[in-house]
Amino acid sequence: MSADIKITVVDREGLHHELIAPTDMNMNLMEVCKSYELPVKGTCGGMAMCASCHCYIESAHTLNAPSDDEEDMLDQAFFVEENSRLGCQIFMKPEYDGLMVRLAEESE
Amino acid sequence: MIETDLLIIGAGPTGLFTVFEAGLLKMKCHLIDSLPQPGGQLAEIYPKKPIYDIPGFPVVMAGELVDQLMEQIKPFNPGFTLGESAVSIEETEDGSFIVTTNKGTKHKAPSVAIAGGLGVFTPRKPPIEGLTEFEEKGVDYIVRDPEKYRDKRVVISGGGDSALDWTVFLADVASEVSLVHRRTSFRGHLDTVDKVHELALQGKVKLITNAEVVDVDGQSELDSVTIKIKGAEDLNIECDHWLPLFGLTPTLGPIGDWGLEIEKNAIVVDNATDYRTNREGIYAIGDVNTYPGKLKLILCGFHEATIMVQSAFKRAFPDKKLSFKYTTVMGGVGSLE
Repeated sequence: MSADIKITVVDREGLHHELIAPTDMNMNLMEVCKSYELPVKGTCGGMAMCASCHCYIESAHTLNAPSDDEEDMLDQAFFVEENSRLGCQIFMKPEYDGLMVRLAEESE
Repeated sequence: MIETDLLIIGAGPTGLFTVFEAGLLKMKCHLIDSLPQPGGQLAEIYPKKPIYDIPGFPVVMAGELVDQLMEQIKPFNPGFTLGESAVSIEETEDGSFIVTTNKGTKHKAPSVAIAGGLGVFTPRKPPIEGLTEFEEKGVDYIVRDPEKYRDKRVVISGGGDSALDWTVFLADVASEVSLVHRRTSFRGHLDTVDKVHELALQGKVKLITNAEVVDVDGQSELDSVTIKIKGAEDLNIECDHWLPLFGLTPTLGPIGDWGLEIEKNAIVVDNATDYRTNREGIYAIGDVNTYPGKLKLILCGFHEATIMVQSAFKRAFPDKKLSFKYTTVMGGVGSLE
């Protein structure tokens, strides 16, 4: 059984990166981006306490709802849109196959 | 001038534990931290979050770990320069270092341990062109003296505790207070949120939600801000002050210009020896450093500190013999006080 999904990350220059992400390792989107050396800092290590993995969900997937911590952090971030999320709070699941996200501008 | 055996930059868990390990070798330590309290990220960002990977503690709250570390280092009586950030470093003729803070406090030591974590916590600044020109001229990221805003027209941005607390406080001080928030709901303490809504009903606070400040304008001082509101026309509000309160974010800061080798915002060290940087006498430990296989864990910072102080001892006391003793053999640390 294949536990990998394919996702697309659009970087800040508009380049599309097709990434293969495992769904059986409890990896989040920030970690997946970092493992491919995409320019995502992940400063706080995935605690929803910085916004360096801020991204926009560009595909129609229904994701897990943001937690209060994530909403709190998004309140302090900039360039926030309706489809804004923190990559570190999106955990790779088989249902997310085909997910497309765009990295938000860095503001720090 | 503050003189010490080992100067530690950063009073997070790694910096605090360094005091203990240095203390066992009878070295005096002094810590500098930009935050007003010790503990670094643990105290500032997540005091109420549990940590599960401190050996011997199945679970410990971050704030509690800081309290315990402070208790553990108490016998060694470290010095603190808090609320100031290390800005510059110069080498003296005798091979010591003088580190000066942004407030001009000078510290001298034969070795410097940078335990700066993610860096200096600085306010998050909204990405608005020309904003920096109005800093101290109407735009403040931190409220230092609320009296400054007496009888002034103030616009506050943010949805967290700090924005809400100052909205409530300044409602009685300023002549006009507007609170601008990205969403309709607030996530601060419930009673503060209620209080803000109450003040809005009384007309003491103008609540502008689903909105954000997108521009600032003025001659030499701030005159007005432009607010973009979802589904409505932009709003221009005349004001004397704008307080964007979006929390703090860490940046490496001036240490990045100290001639140290930097890689991806971290200081490169030699992990095969003693976490030395490319400048002799300057070490980097904890989250601020990097080396092959680096893990940003408190536990790793503790280990790095322990190894590092052995070398710092040799720099502080070149003529003394270093003898390593277990604390159990020593019967506690009381004899070292």
